[in-house]
Amino acid sequence: MSKIQRGVSLYSFQEELFLGTMSVEDCIAFGSSIGAKGIEILPEQNMPEFPNLSDADVARWQDMLARHGAHFTCYDMFLDTKLRKDRPMSDAEQVESIVRDIKLANRLGIRNMRVLVFVRPDILAACVPYAEQYDVHLGVEVHAPWHLEHAWILRTIDEADRLGTRHLGILPDMGIFMKHYPPAFRARFERQGARPEVTQFIVDSHEAKIMAEYTIYEVAVKMGGNKAEVAMAETLRHAPYANPKRIGNYAPYFRHIQAKFYEMDEDCTDPSIAYDEVIPELVKCGWEGTLSSEYEGNRWIQDVHPVDSREQVRRQHVMFERLIDQAEAAFGAKETV
Amino acid sequence: MFDKYLIDAATVRNIGPAEAPTGFAFEAKLGYYRGLTLSMIEELAITLDGVELPREAVQFDEGQGPITLDAMETAYDRRWAFGTPATIIVNHPGGLPAGEHTLALRQKLRVSYLPFPAFNTDEKTVQAA
Repeated sequence: MSKIQRGVSLYSFQEELFLGTMSVEDCIAFGSSIGAKGIEILPEQNMPEFPNLSDADVARWQDMLARHGAHFTCYDMFLDTKLRKDRPMSDAEQVESIVRDIKLANRLGIRNMRVLVFVRPDILAACVPYAEQYDVHLGVEVHAPWHLEHAWILRTIDEADRLGTRHLGILPDMGIFMKHYPPAFRARFERQGARPEVTQFIVDSHEAKIMAEYTIYEVAVKMGGNKAEVAMAETLRHAPYANPKRIGNYAPYFRHIQAKFYEMDEDCTDPSIAYDEVIPELVKCGWEGTLSSEYEGNRWIQDVHPVDSREQVRRQHVMFERLIDQAEAAFGAKETV
Repeated sequence: MFDKYLIDAATVRNIGPAEAPTGFAFEAKLGYYRGLTLSMIEELAITLDGVELPREAVQFDEGQGPITLDAMETAYDRRWAFGTPATIIVNHPGGLPAGEHTLALRQKLRVSYLPFPAFNTDEKTVQAA
């Protein structure tokens, strides 16, 4: 069996869950039907009882997963440092909130936690004893515009090394490997009034990996860009293409991946994120964990198209199977990192 | 991310005595991919036919009873769950006169990981009976 497991985050079905056209059980059943049996949850989205889950609530979730041959992979936490208007959360309150999540993850039988990227490394260090006690890996989400070697991310890596713990690390979001500008983004900006010649300039600039600020200035000032054009240029600030060849260096620090995507083409290829370069690197280094689909295309198309998250996720998993098979044939199975 | 779905236009109705309504109410959802404790909802601004109504006129009820926007600021134990309609009650003597109206809702949220407040807006054409 492949060391790379396939799964899906319920975030992927946010459109249908929000509108009530799918239940969480529908999402789990669908994931299981396409071999995405690892389920990532956002308790604050998917559990209306949050944070006060009873033992019966926990049992209900376990039964639901069992009915579909699925299992939990990851718990996406949030930290409301601005809960109060009059003052920010104290450090002790932040630790208390994270420990609450660690304990709940443990009750649910979940061993990975997606930690929001803005959480301070020293706060996480204070949570490590609890992460170890309850056996939950705290993975700081490496989300664009951060990337694997951003200094802020390296602080968490350094903290994990200093503590000598395997319960603190990272959790990469594949949005950091945006090799090509997403066609869905461009199309929506054009519907909002961006001129095709300007959107082409922005796409070409991204393709050439020109630093965002140059392109923003060109569009906003020299080209007299309208609101939609400037907004599109500004998305480049959040559209990095990190080097896939470096992912193996960080593999010991992560056990779960948020497989972000914005759209899949009909031939089951991703026009934007470089999965065809990332997956071979994961196989080469013997990484073991779950590729967890995170579809985020709904907000780019819902103004004109009905959203079909199931079809999008299905196509991504066809791609995963193909790329994993190809990479395993090329590199064979390696020892676990 | 869900702006166009915030107001449920079919639920707009006058409240109070039929002959002398005290205002109107409607169901709305939170424009966010997770639920939120009420203290982080800074504003539910209502604009009717182009005129923004006073903040004091607006109350919110997710099922635990009506609460003013000022009281929401310290409601640390109440949540607006994801994808779940809550009632927005607007004190507006006379209610909505029969006919077509433009109703807009702007939500201002204090999301901790964002450097700026998040705004969600929806505007719908609604019918008053």
